[in-house]
Amino acid sequence: MIDELLRIETVAIERIGLADSLDAVKSVEAEVMGKKGALTDIKKGLGALEPDERRSVGLRVNDVRAVIEAALTARREQLESVLRVAQLDAERLDLTERVGAARRGHLHLVTQTRDRLEDVFVGLGFTVSEGPEIETDWYSFGALNIPPSHPARGMWDTLYLNHGATMSTLLRPHTSPVQIRVMEQQPPPIYSVMPGRVYRRDTADASHMPVFHQIEGLVVDKGISFADLAGTLEAFTSAYFGGSITSRLRPSYFPFTEPSAEYDISCIFCEGRGCRTCAHTGWLELGGCGMVHPNVLAAVGLDAEEWGGFAFGFGIDRLALMRHGVDDLRELYTNDVRFMEQF
Amino acid sequence: MKVLLSWLREFAPFDGDPVALGDQMSDLGMAVESIEHLGAGLDGIVVAEVLALSPHPNADKIQLVDVDLGDGESLQICCGAFNMAVGDLVPLATLGTVMPGGMKIERRKLRGEWSNGMLCSSKELGLGDDHAGIFVLPESLREQRGAEFRAAMGIELDVLYDLEINPNRPDAMSVAGVARDLAARMGVPFTQIAPSVKASSGTDLDGRVSVNIVDPDLCGRFLVSVLDGVRVGQSPQWLANRLTHLGMRPINSIVDISNYVMLELGQPNHTYDLHKVPNGELRVRWAREGEPIRTLDGADRALRSTDGVIANNADEAIGIAGVMGGASTEISDTTQSVLLEMAWWKPMAIAVSSAQLGLRSEASMRFERGADPEICELAALRFAELLTRVTEEAGADPVTLAKGTVDVRGDLSSREAIAVRTPRVSALLGAPFTGERIRELLEPIGFTFDGAGDGADVVQQVRIPTFRFDTATETDVIEEIARHHGYARIPKRMPAGVHVGKLDDRQIARRRVRQVLVGLGISEAMPMPFLAPDDLERAGLSDTPSLTLSNPLAAEESVLRTSLRPGLLKAVAYNQSHRNEGVALFEIGKVWRNEPSPTEPSLPVEREVLGLVVAGADAFEAARVLDLLLRDLGVVAPLVEQRLVAGLHPTRSATVALEVDGSPLPVDVAVFGEVDPRVLEAFGVAGRVACLEIDLDTLLSNPRGGPAYTAVSRYPSSDTDLAFEVADAVPASAVDATIRSAAGDLLVRLELFDVYRGEGVAIGARSLAYRLRLQAADRTLADTDINGTRAAVIGAVADGLGAKLRS
Repeated sequence: MIDELLRIETVAIERIGLADSLDAVKSVEAEVMGKKGALTDIKKGLGALEPDERRSVGLRVNDVRAVIEAALTARREQLESVLRVAQLDAERLDLTERVGAARRGHLHLVTQTRDRLEDVFVGLGFTVSEGPEIETDWYSFGALNIPPSHPARGMWDTLYLNHGATMSTLLRPHTSPVQIRVMEQQPPPIYSVMPGRVYRRDTADASHMPVFHQIEGLVVDKGISFADLAGTLEAFTSAYFGGSITSRLRPSYFPFTEPSAEYDISCIFCEGRGCRTCAHTGWLELGGCGMVHPNVLAAVGLDAEEWGGFAFGFGIDRLALMRHGVDDLRELYTNDVRFMEQF
Repeated sequence: MKVLLSWLREFAPFDGDPVALGDQMSDLGMAVESIEHLGAGLDGIVVAEVLALSPHPNADKIQLVDVDLGDGESLQICCGAFNMAVGDLVPLATLGTVMPGGMKIERRKLRGEWSNGMLCSSKELGLGDDHAGIFVLPESLREQRGAEFRAAMGIELDVLYDLEINPNRPDAMSVAGVARDLAARMGVPFTQIAPSVKASSGTDLDGRVSVNIVDPDLCGRFLVSVLDGVRVGQSPQWLANRLTHLGMRPINSIVDISNYVMLELGQPNHTYDLHKVPNGELRVRWAREGEPIRTLDGADRALRSTDGVIANNADEAIGIAGVMGGASTEISDTTQSVLLEMAWWKPMAIAVSSAQLGLRSEASMRFERGADPEICELAALRFAELLTRVTEEAGADPVTLAKGTVDVRGDLSSREAIAVRTPRVSALLGAPFTGERIRELLEPIGFTFDGAGDGADVVQQVRIPTFRFDTATETDVIEEIARHHGYARIPKRMPAGVHVGKLDDRQIARRRVRQVLVGLGISEAMPMPFLAPDDLERAGLSDTPSLTLSNPLAAEESVLRTSLRPGLLKAVAYNQSHRNEGVALFEIGKVWRNEPSPTEPSLPVEREVLGLVVAGADAFEAARVLDLLLRDLGVVAPLVEQRLVAGLHPTRSATVALEVDGSPLPVDVAVFGEVDPRVLEAFGVAGRVACLEIDLDTLLSNPRGGPAYTAVSRYPSSDTDLAFEVADAVPASAVDATIRSAAGDLLVRLELFDVYRGEGVAIGARSLAYRLRLQAADRTLADTDINGTRAAVIGAVADGLGAKLRS
């Protein structure tokens, strides 16, 4: 029996060594260790032996079985490894061989800039308000202390619509009507910015478009002063343009604010040292601002003795151009994907 | 408004760096747009006479010019200009001169000929724009050959400031006003001019001139003087120079002095030839509708009742009040007596009149801001003084100023003192002010205070100077206080208190929509919202009533869009024509229809919509984007119905409706499909264009909130595939809905994974293959569950839609 066992072991090891596929390994395993396998037969024959012999042969059977199983496992792993290498090799990709790039979408530069501005103002405690782009004369001018035939109307070249009475309906030349609507719709305190599209009767050139975008801000609260305006714009300036950029206010005139001011920032290109962009002044004009005029508060039924406020506004498009060094406003509106895809 | 430093210095002793002075003007709200240093860079330029001109032997575009510097020596210059003749006087940059541009003049050879300097154009000298030819100097300089050009020309070193004056600064529309403001800031005394002219020398004005202000609401004051013995001539150089620098063209001595007085004192004035005014009689009144007048510029105009006129004794208009004089009384070479008008017109009247007539003049600009009614006498005397001086300088017989004036007043509202509360000043500006400080700031610019005022007053009564028509309220005065205190000295701080900033739900959702689209590879475009009159028709969208502009820049931009589609199609066509194929663009913007808005009937309907086009893609691309967007926004069960949509492909278009709060019927929220090929052709677009349009007002105004949580089942799921042969007339959405309804709650996922037409399927039908995933939340599904559901689905689809299960 022992001889037989040794023979089975020798043959099995030899055949496992010759097995050239996982299937071949499996059939060897079945022939040796399966229900009708050689080793199984010997195991079945153990019962007919004397107890002593049965024990010693039994131990040998187990030894042989362990040896064969180890050989099977080793051979399997070896074959699997070869297979895996072949498989992986067959799957090799040249990852630099890319056909057809994925399409990437781009937000419009004005939207990117507007979102960034909104985020800064939200951080400063402002909500964002919106309103219609077609407006009445009252919301665009009358309520803003610009009665009909006020000379200051010349400050805006307004586009009017054939709608209602002559010159009663217009494309808003600024986002200020939203300030009036906000004050009408909600009681103070008000801390809100009004971004949006505005219209002027301007022929398109490098720095003008008949359609462009503004953001205005409005604060109405008790005890609001010019110092609060200056501080808020300073905080916005450093938050949006960076800590090294500062702001200044210069006297100006707007019908809807008093005192009124021009809002300048130190030149973001030369940081105030003077360069071509800032005409060697070290400053860039950004927009206008001031304390809300008592007549404007009165137009929405607020008592100027009780409530005070400030407002400010500037263009979004120009900030978009400045950030990326684009020198022609018209580029924003050609909708040429070769331009859009750069941002 | 331009001002010369030398002129400002006639009112106050300004010294120091001219640039620093300019900074102070800017800080006072008179923004310096440019500073020009006049006469700088003229060192080394001398007056030369052209002795001879001869061709350059080796060059066509250069000639040889022999000049004489007054010493009889001939000097050869090579010159590229040909506009001068022998005997002309010209400016020569001598050797060693550094030109304003930085170029140094040296002796050098040009094509073999020596050039000993450079002849200059007016532009090269910074004195004009003419670059084409050499600046040929006046004959009067002949005896000054060889002299310094600057001295010979009487050019003084000076500084010219170009200031931007705000509408609320009528005072700063004059040299004197700018000087007053600046003197206050610099802490130097301001002295108004005091003309020394002997009016008594002339004849009495009584009886020669009369003025009747018929309409006192038009004219606040009308003051007339008469100058006799006038000889109209050329202005002296100094006067002409000043006018030229300030942007006015010298014409003749009378016109020039009139302009000089206006620029200096801010009082526009008008001169009449007295002999052309019968009886010297003037009537001031509103014009009659259609009243004719020929103005100084020779134009015949028809006036309106909102224009003001000065009429003669026949009541014929001889001038438009505050805007432009009439031709009939114009000063000419033969004028001997000048009637001089100094008036104060109601600012709004002049604003309306000049706008209506399209005549904006230096005079109307000043009158509409509000001139100083109390400067009329001073201005008249200044006029007389200047005319006297000019006449003397010309060596002519003296001019005489008739004794007295005719001075008539209309409506001039008396100006009350304004109560200025010191605490209010401090509160509005956010910095502490005292009564004394307020006085200190306001008095130098002409404001006066009632009562002694010990400076501790809480309320001060402030009188406004007559040259500040703009200032009428306490806030106006506070602005003046802030201006002269200096904005930069007001502290910067943030408003106190807690206020929360955030975007609202709709704004967040709109950003989300943009981000999803960008993630899908679609870029945001911004076409102009203006369309050409036929764009909507070309887009098949002429059924929607559109709005038109009443004053468009161009006809092609005269219609407001009712849809984003035409603009997006133009963008696609533009890109295709620049070989940018396969563009995918979206826009979020407003569209309008010419119907009253239900919420605000004085305005038209305005809606915010999303438009999207993908070139080279079919309708399914639009459907995919739509599905993804709606799912992202939490929209469940949109009702898609394939039907005709204006401007879209008739057999490839559909509408989407949603159940909306407060509406009994589903509300249309989107259309999608492909653009009609006929429309594409009209817009010059090649290939298919997938198109999607969503009404964001409806979609984003109905926030769905976050969907409620459903526990993920821990039990195994089972998939069943079912393919039905369905008639083409039955939309897949109907099959989908039938399956969902029949399968009930066990159906956790339904996917249409194959559509097949061809062999084995009847003509006019297609096979739709669905994979159903069934799963229960509370148990492992039994075979009976699966088989029961399967049977129910097959039965429902067969019975309800006449579809046949394929095996």
